[in-house]
Amino acid sequence: MCEDTDTTRTLNHGFLRDHNYVTEADIISTVEFNHTGELLATGDKGGRVVIFQREPECKTEPYSQGEYNVYSTFQSHEPEFDYLKSLEIEEKINKIRWLPQQNAAHFLLSTNDKTIKLWKVSERDKRPEGYNLKDEEGRIKDLSTVTSLQVPVLKPMDLMVEVSPRRVFANAHTYHVNSISVNSDHETYMSADDLRINLWHLGITDRSFNIVDIKPVNMEDLTEVITAAEFHPHHCNLLVYSSSKGTLRLCDMREAALCDKHSKLFEEPEDPSNRSFFSEIISSVSDVKFSHSGRYLLTRDYLTAKVWDLNMENKPLEIYQVHDYLRSKLCSLYENDCIFDKFECAWNGSDSVIMTGAYNNFFRMFDRNTKRDVTLEASRESSKPRAVLKPRRVCQGGKRRKDDISVDSLDFTKKILHTAWHPTENIIAIAATNNLYIFQDKFN
Amino acid sequence: MFPKGTKRKFSDSGDEPAAGDEDVNQPSSVAVRMLSSYSLQRQSLLDMSLIKLQLCHMLVEPNLCRSVLIANTVRQIQEEMTQDGTWQIMTQALSAANAAAQCSADRLVATEVLCRQTEGGVTMSTVSPQAPTSYLPGTFGMDPCWEEENGEDEEEDEDSEECGSGSEEGDSDRLVEDSRTAEQVFGTFEIKNPAPSPDPALEELFSDVDASYYDLDTVLTGMQSAPKMGPYDLLESLSSHGPSPLSSSTSCRSDLNELDHIMEIIVGS
Repeated sequence: MCEDTDTTRTLNHGFLRDHNYVTEADIISTVEFNHTGELLATGDKGGRVVIFQREPECKTEPYSQGEYNVYSTFQSHEPEFDYLKSLEIEEKINKIRWLPQQNAAHFLLSTNDKTIKLWKVSERDKRPEGYNLKDEEGRIKDLSTVTSLQVPVLKPMDLMVEVSPRRVFANAHTYHVNSISVNSDHETYMSADDLRINLWHLGITDRSFNIVDIKPVNMEDLTEVITAAEFHPHHCNLLVYSSSKGTLRLCDMREAALCDKHSKLFEEPEDPSNRSFFSEIISSVSDVKFSHSGRYLLTRDYLTAKVWDLNMENKPLEIYQVHDYLRSKLCSLYENDCIFDKFECAWNGSDSVIMTGAYNNFFRMFDRNTKRDVTLEASRESSKPRAVLKPRRVCQGGKRRKDDISVDSLDFTKKILHTAWHPTENIIAIAATNNLYIFQDKFN
Repeated sequence: MFPKGTKRKFSDSGDEPAAGDEDVNQPSSVAVRMLSSYSLQRQSLLDMSLIKLQLCHMLVEPNLCRSVLIANTVRQIQEEMTQDGTWQIMTQALSAANAAAQCSADRLVATEVLCRQTEGGVTMSTVSPQAPTSYLPGTFGMDPCWEEENGEDEEEDEDSEECGSGSEEGDSDRLVEDSRTAEQVFGTFEIKNPAPSPDPALEELFSDVDASYYDLDTVLTGMQSAPKMGPYDLLESLSSHGPSPLSSSTSCRSDLNELDHIMEIIVGS
């Protein structure tokens, strides 16, 4: 994983749409593996969800083992119109979260700005044949032709994946939903918008509890919004939410019904030497993720990724510079709005490596133990099967190696906002605008 | 001597001339230049932020997080300018300009200054390159946001989505150029070349717009003897007619809202 490759990062499979132009509706807006890693779901701006399934490993063809293929596609959300405010509600899927699997079917939650839906994904590979009253096409038989009775039997059929909406959780959010998180109790989940967090029961759609509300009495006093929220992976009473001011708040639902008072506040004191008018904007946390162990938090702000220890509130444990060369370009990035881009971050299965995206279709990985990092690119050039990804480098003037990219030639329209890491293996999914790349580590 | 290493870092040019490069015999001119360069940059940032807050997409709700961050930036600049005393100068000059313009039709056109591009190269214009005579729907974009129709759960509506292409660089340049002196600092809000005589219909529409909603800062800081201007007061001062009754402006605003919306659909922008 580090730059002198004793492991190689190969392309497993890329789902590259053949468009030369980017259809707005095809832009991938979220990527999520399920709890086993067998399924990978993506949501896009057009409200569609595409689920990929990993093929079971095949001993005879070692190189094609474990590839992801399209399993199911469905339209999750449609565009809506809010007649009261005369505003459109976008169908863009903001987040997808899988429920832990409890039976043969798979369940996932998908949300747009206002409505969360629970979808059931199930397989059908058998169908009953041999009805007495109906013939093969389903037409009612003429009873006079029926001379004997038979018991219908289940015969195998081509695999069919059925997706059906099981619950619709609507009308609970005035502001845009930015996060959903399934609780470890497998019964409840939370949805967070800019100012409020609601707690739902998966079985009840007409009611939700408000557990966090930071809306000021007078909206003109508003200076801070919620940017992301997540439940603790093991403790069903703990949740964390991040704000646009760069703070994290850990809340314990046992303390009070309304968790406006935090149990812990994680905030890094501001560095006065680095202060500028953009300090607050770049400190806004765009994503927060608990580690699999539940001991650490990973946060992403505009220029850095930080690892926090839940036991230490006054500063992060580790700070990783994702693209510090942009620090001198903040004014331009403010002008073209790139400074408001929200990058996500991810842990690997063992919590030893963190990953996040950047511009120019670059994404970065940081090994917490060896302190080494690598920059890789998700692009068509490296999309040949089994092509090894070459580490990239951004140079800021000074010595320039071959293949280095200078800061000024970075393409800021190519941003990797959404990334996901397989829960146990070294397989990653990278969304680059409208293309999905899946990379896999193969040890030589 | 101006301290080396200004405590605020700014832009991508990033290179304020090192004092050492200059003629050491004229430290004060270097200091002045550095100071005014910083002021220019700060002013340009302020203008850019106000533009961002103004522009919005009519049909889709603006991003609240982005609006809040931009508003906070504006507030921060304002605080610093208040400490420097620059803010006082600017607000005094703006009030003076307003007083002078009380009786002229220019102030009506001034409301459109923020959102329209006229031939004279008005500063602080939007990125929309349309001809000035066409009524640009949705450009007077504060309307749907400031509607008081449902009291609670109203989003903070500094609508900040940009309308079109990112051609703000040109505008910022012009803003920077214009802001040479204190007088010209607020010149960015004035029309350089008066627009062609405004549409009487438009005049009518805008005639009793009450901009006191924009008075965010007075709420925050309380009214003081010399009225302090907040981020939205700047906008108010351009369109101010003095406060008008709330109800008439609300209904006017809802009409505008509808009209904007319909125009937007027709024009298909």
